[in-house]
Amino acid sequence: MKYALLAAASALALAVQPAAAQIKIGFISTFTGPQAAIGNDMRDSANLALEHLGGKMGGKDVQIVYEDDTFRPEVGKQKTDKLIQQDRVDIVTGFIWSNVLLASYKSVLDAGKILISANAGPSQLAGDQCHENFFSASWQNDQTPMAMGEAMNRKGIKKLYIMSPNYAAGRDMAEGVKSTFKGELVGQDLTKWPDQLDFAAELSKVRAARPDALFVFYPGAHGVQILTQYNQSGLKGTVPLYAAYTIDALSLPLQKEQALGVLGTQHWVNDLNNPANQKFVGDFRKKHGGKFPSFYGQQSYDAVMLIASAVQAVNGNAGDVAGMRAALRKANFQSTRGAFKFGSNHFPIQNFYLQETVKLADGTLSLKTVDTVFTAHQDLHAGKCPMKW
Amino acid sequence: MDLILILEQTLNGVQLGMLLFLLTAGLTLVFGIMDLVNLAHGSLYMMGAYFFATFTRLTGSFLLGAVLALVATLILGIVVEIVALRRLYARDHLDHVLGTFGLILFFNEAARLVWGPAGMSIPLPPYLARAIEILPGVPYSAYKASIIVVGLAVAGFLYWLVGRTRIGMLIRAGASNREMVGALGVNIRLLFTLVFGLGAALAGLAGVMDAPIRTVQIGMGENILILAFVVVVIGGIGSIRGAFVASILVGLIDVMGRAFLPELLKLFMTPIAASTAAPAISSMLIYVAMAGVLVFRPEGLFPARGG
Repeated sequence: MKYALLAAASALALAVQPAAAQIKIGFISTFTGPQAAIGNDMRDSANLALEHLGGKMGGKDVQIVYEDDTFRPEVGKQKTDKLIQQDRVDIVTGFIWSNVLLASYKSVLDAGKILISANAGPSQLAGDQCHENFFSASWQNDQTPMAMGEAMNRKGIKKLYIMSPNYAAGRDMAEGVKSTFKGELVGQDLTKWPDQLDFAAELSKVRAARPDALFVFYPGAHGVQILTQYNQSGLKGTVPLYAAYTIDALSLPLQKEQALGVLGTQHWVNDLNNPANQKFVGDFRKKHGGKFPSFYGQQSYDAVMLIASAVQAVNGNAGDVAGMRAALRKANFQSTRGAFKFGSNHFPIQNFYLQETVKLADGTLSLKTVDTVFTAHQDLHAGKCPMKW
Repeated sequence: MDLILILEQTLNGVQLGMLLFLLTAGLTLVFGIMDLVNLAHGSLYMMGAYFFATFTRLTGSFLLGAVLALVATLILGIVVEIVALRRLYARDHLDHVLGTFGLILFFNEAARLVWGPAGMSIPLPPYLARAIEILPGVPYSAYKASIIVVGLAVAGFLYWLVGRTRIGMLIRAGASNREMVGALGVNIRLLFTLVFGLGAALAGLAGVMDAPIRTVQIGMGENILILAFVVVVIGGIGSIRGAFVASILVGLIDVMGRAFLPELLKLFMTPIAASTAAPAISSMLIYVAMAGVLVFRPEGLFPARGG
């Protein structure tokens, strides 16, 4: 009797095992603290993607498990372990911060699962530490500032000053600009990250160095501070500002008019003219009271769509990692940035655009595409990646 | 080296020092006189900034918003003292830390509920948003200059209040010997409530002054609170004069380190090593200074007199 019960119970347990019936996606981002606005935008966009997919991939129901890294690498790693071991997700995505991704990626890859970064693109993972199960739905950190350097060449800038925070992405950004900028670098500052919010000392040095332009990289909440202090310092009329990942749909409501006229580069701008993008931006704005999605959201939307294309290709059998990988490499989906291909290191080969902050007819501030800086651009680290396919 | 740059960086240092002083003056008063370790001081600073953002938006006036925010933080401080902190005085410092840490969590969550996670920015009025020429050819942010002026004014006010008035006399007496002051018939409870309210208003003022530079966000008080405690330790617990001198010292060390250390290190290191090491070393400098003070003058540079 006892054994019969036990057998019945285990049969029941097997029957309700949901793993096969459902696709589970783990999503790491920042949902608390000053950077929570980014995480919320990513979540809203990923949910919108799921809605556009009818909640299904390859005929199976999809669940996204969101976890909060609280902006700290060690917490991000714990949450990634939890997603893999406890929630047993099929695939992990998200990751705003390069340092969080670098702390966490091994947990996913060692478990034989697929990891898709929806933002962070540290040089290590694009180069010699590239991995067959790691993909980027965004860009490699250097690429956007490389486009910035090229855009500044075209503007005839000869002397440049660089300011960026002292962490993985901040150093990558500075190196990126330096690799394409042809003029002279008259000064560079790496500031303490994330707790330095006062840039008076650095901005005074900028003034003393008399450059033709100042390049900054201050993502998230810091972007508001650097712009405010730049405006207050009186540099505005004399040293034009060029910014990467500093002005976006999330920071604009706080930066307001201060951002007008500041140029930046990005792989995607909300006014890009393709059907997938119009659907994404249009529905996002309808759902969120006219608010524009940020590039963080765009990448999250694309990451979910990319996953969907792979799950579709293996008919919903997400356990087939080899099949999924082969499908992911084709990037066979309608990307909101327009069609792109993956390089051998699984980072997109894509266009980069020059964007400017403008005031729309109804008075709202938004970003507008001004120029295409790079067409089908591949990052510098792909050559260091031994992977062949 | 460029003299103008040095002058400008000195001003930057003094400006940061003044901001720290506004924050630390309240902290050191509460710490020295009430013997209360108040980790929630940074939360009052944050609430001051949030009040400021809200009132400026409601009234449309920068100055009126600032005044209302100060009053609101003063009232908030008094309410917090009466509701929560009174219960902690008789207990030891560890309980203070635990209790006021709880307040930090409470205020952060409360701010998230009321104002949302995104933070707020406060645009400066045109007369403060521009740069003024303090010397021919040396522009300086008008707003940062005004922070220095406000800081000096508050220092003068506190010097007068503590040194020249009857309340100040009681405050000093309370710092030296609390029981004796109580035995002489002074209402210590009321005095403590007033001191805490004053400390809260000063924290609120720091929040108000800092808000347009740093933008208002949840958790903004925690980072700066660490600096404020360093200032209290260097200056001497309970000493306003110590807080003033130590604030300017810490402000200058911090700014000068960030400004000139990279150049200095490049003299004997490769540029890449220097630009990586300099931010790390300059962020350590103030703690090194604190350690030095603790070794040579464990009571701080200007220990409050008496017991």
